[in-house]
Amino acid sequence: MTRKFLFLSLLLSALLLSFSSAGFAAGSQSEEGGEDPTGFIMHHVKDSHEWHFFNIGHTHVTLPLPVITYASDRGLEFYMSSDFQNHETHQFGEENAHNGIFIDSHEHLGRVDGGAILDFSITKNVAMMFIVIALVLYMALSAAGHYKRNGAVAPKGVASLVEPIVIFVRDEIAEKSIGPRYKKFVPYLLTLFFFIWIGNLLGLLPGAANLTGNIAVTFTLATLTFILVNINGNKDYWKHVFATPGVPLPLLPIIVVVEFIGLFTKPFALMVRLFVAITAGHIVILAFIALVFIFESYAIGVVSTLMVTFINMIELLVATIQAYVFTLFTAMYIGGAVAEHAHDDHH
Amino acid sequence: MDLILPSSGLIFWQLIAFLALLFILIKFAWKPMLAALEERETSIDNALKAAEQARNEMASLKAENEKLLQDARLERDTILRKAQEASAKMIEEAKSEAGKQGALMIENAKAVIETEKKAALTEVKNQVALLTLEVTEKLLRKNLSEDKAQKELVDEFIKDLKLN
Repeated sequence: MTRKFLFLSLLLSALLLSFSSAGFAAGSQSEEGGEDPTGFIMHHVKDSHEWHFFNIGHTHVTLPLPVITYASDRGLEFYMSSDFQNHETHQFGEENAHNGIFIDSHEHLGRVDGGAILDFSITKNVAMMFIVIALVLYMALSAAGHYKRNGAVAPKGVASLVEPIVIFVRDEIAEKSIGPRYKKFVPYLLTLFFFIWIGNLLGLLPGAANLTGNIAVTFTLATLTFILVNINGNKDYWKHVFATPGVPLPLLPIIVVVEFIGLFTKPFALMVRLFVAITAGHIVILAFIALVFIFESYAIGVVSTLMVTFINMIELLVATIQAYVFTLFTAMYIGGAVAEHAHDDHH
Repeated sequence: MDLILPSSGLIFWQLIAFLALLFILIKFAWKPMLAALEERETSIDNALKAAEQARNEMASLKAENEKLLQDARLERDTILRKAQEASAKMIEEAKSEAGKQGALMIENAKAVIETEKKAALTEVKNQVALLTLEVTEKLLRKNLSEDKAQKELVDEFIKDLKLN
């Protein structure tokens, strides 16, 4: 169902994007102050060094964020994103260099002297991540506090919200996918689920960052899953990869290569799935909103609003489904790594 | 920033923050919570089992009570029956005893009456003899001269006495 939706939403967004850019191509240049819809969408979907909320006329309502840089010869340096901007247009660019450092129009950090510099800025997504983490911490800790205060009693307050999810993850995801040794992995799966779920949900808020739709975030989560799966891989698991049972010897080199690649494609699929599902959803919503500005028609406005509301509803579902799917697949990969196979006897 | 190229800064922050989140949650949230949930589930399980056991015990207790009650009823009936039998017997016995006692008393009374009668008759005879003697004495004193008449009289008396 998720996959179907994913496909649909990608198709829809691709259609809308091509449609809107095509429709826009004529009007965009002629219109003064008009935005390129692809840029408008991408601006919202991608990470940024400042948190841009909205414009009132020509006034940008933004939250400047810290820019932290590291260069081997300069050490750690701290700035604010507003240091690197044109104060009128809020544009980043080489011409707004500050202290020998600039942020280019693609939001890449650079040095005027051309040296290497690393970017450890608290970007919009990092700030968003802190908010998500704070919320997850609040939920989980206050739920845990309920049990700490009252002992093993019925849930109340936040615990009523958190507990069913905890039980669901434990019983439906961990126990069913991992098997008898599931208990060790439940805390990781819970953290994963709550982080992705809250990230997905908060990402739907207007003005919020597209945290879980950022490839760096999904990459990190998938990497952690990859590490967890492989350090827990038992003899059977590795045997399956490097000496796949039941495969004729001539085929073994090919199979081993395939199995070895499979180690990496699993987390890669995790990374791409979450990234695409969330980003695509955002793109669809933004595309519908962009339609209003392209056509500048009330009728389109009404239709767009209806569609955006509808897609938002679906996105609420997708937010949960994707958190579930990421957690479920992680649990299944762990289950594959720790399972005691009984197939050794038939070859 | 690129859409499909992960940026190192975000990976860095994500890694640090997520691992910190993981650590804090595992230590302070998930472990106590999962332990509490497990404890609660065990206690619910135990409570259900205990309730089931109590129900079974209750049922067996009830059956036992029923049996006891039944036994008690039977016992009561037996006791009542026995008591009735005993009382009937006692009444019967008392009746026959009373009858015997009555007969005995009547017998005794008859014997006493007989004795008394005999004693009274003896007394009467003695009295009569005494009276006879007195009468004889008087007659003798008065009629010593008339021998013949005396003799006749005495004979007559004796005759009378014999008749008696």
